[in-house]
Amino acid sequence: MNIRLTNRGNTLVAVLNGELDHHTAEYIRQKLDAEMLKSTTKNMVLDFSKVTFMDSSGIGVIMGRYKNIQKLNGKMSLAGVNEQIKRIFEMSGLFKVMPAYDSIDEAINKM
Amino acid sequence: MNPINEVKLEFVSKSSNEAFARVVAAAFVSQIDPNIEELADVKTAVSEAVTNAIIHGYENKTGLVKMICKLYEDAVEISVIDEGKGIEDIEKARQPMFTSRPDMERSGMGFTVMENFMDRVEVVSEVGGVLP
Repeated sequence: MNIRLTNRGNTLVAVLNGELDHHTAEYIRQKLDAEMLKSTTKNMVLDFSKVTFMDSSGIGVIMGRYKNIQKLNGKMSLAGVNEQIKRIFEMSGLFKVMPAYDSIDEAINKM
Repeated sequence: MNPINEVKLEFVSKSSNEAFARVVAAAFVSQIDPNIEELADVKTAVSEAVTNAIIHGYENKTGLVKMICKLYEDAVEISVIDEGKGIEDIEKARQPMFTSRPDMERSGMGFTVMENFMDRVEVVSEVGGVLP
């Protein structure tokens, strides 16, 4: 799994690429936390359009970042979530705390 | 009913083997022509079970995880077995959002995902070592 990070205004956009499981979660967590620490952004968009597999380890990564962003009074949203991943998000009640949009642009516009 | 095919696999409890195990399970199950969604379901459930064995069973120490896949005409049965510490309270462990490792940012959704993606999930455990 790799991750591409860009800043758009005060929003960190992270494009995840590959398989997100327990093995890759730690790397993603470190990358996101390090970027949030060094930049002045307070919002985050996680793009899942290139994620080919995710299990419940993904929920842990998202909720952990969500807690950090809440402390900054920031907002978090998701983009490009496929049907399989959406089922896991629905099961865990994730959409009760953050919205999902079709594209990164839409997520940023509605931030 | 006897299985039409069977495979047994044993691997070290390294997190990099989570992807290996789910890909093996999916490749094997492909023999009975599942659709893409069914394959993804199997991959996800296997990933959850193997992750549980590695994180909770062996607590990230080295052990062996065994996976047995059995194919039937229109069904598949997959067992993921570890010989780690065991689950004290299975009912509690299966509850959505319950995790013994919030420190590791585990969501507590592993069993819930397995239950939603497979038709049936059976958990057998004994503290201090799993049943045969």
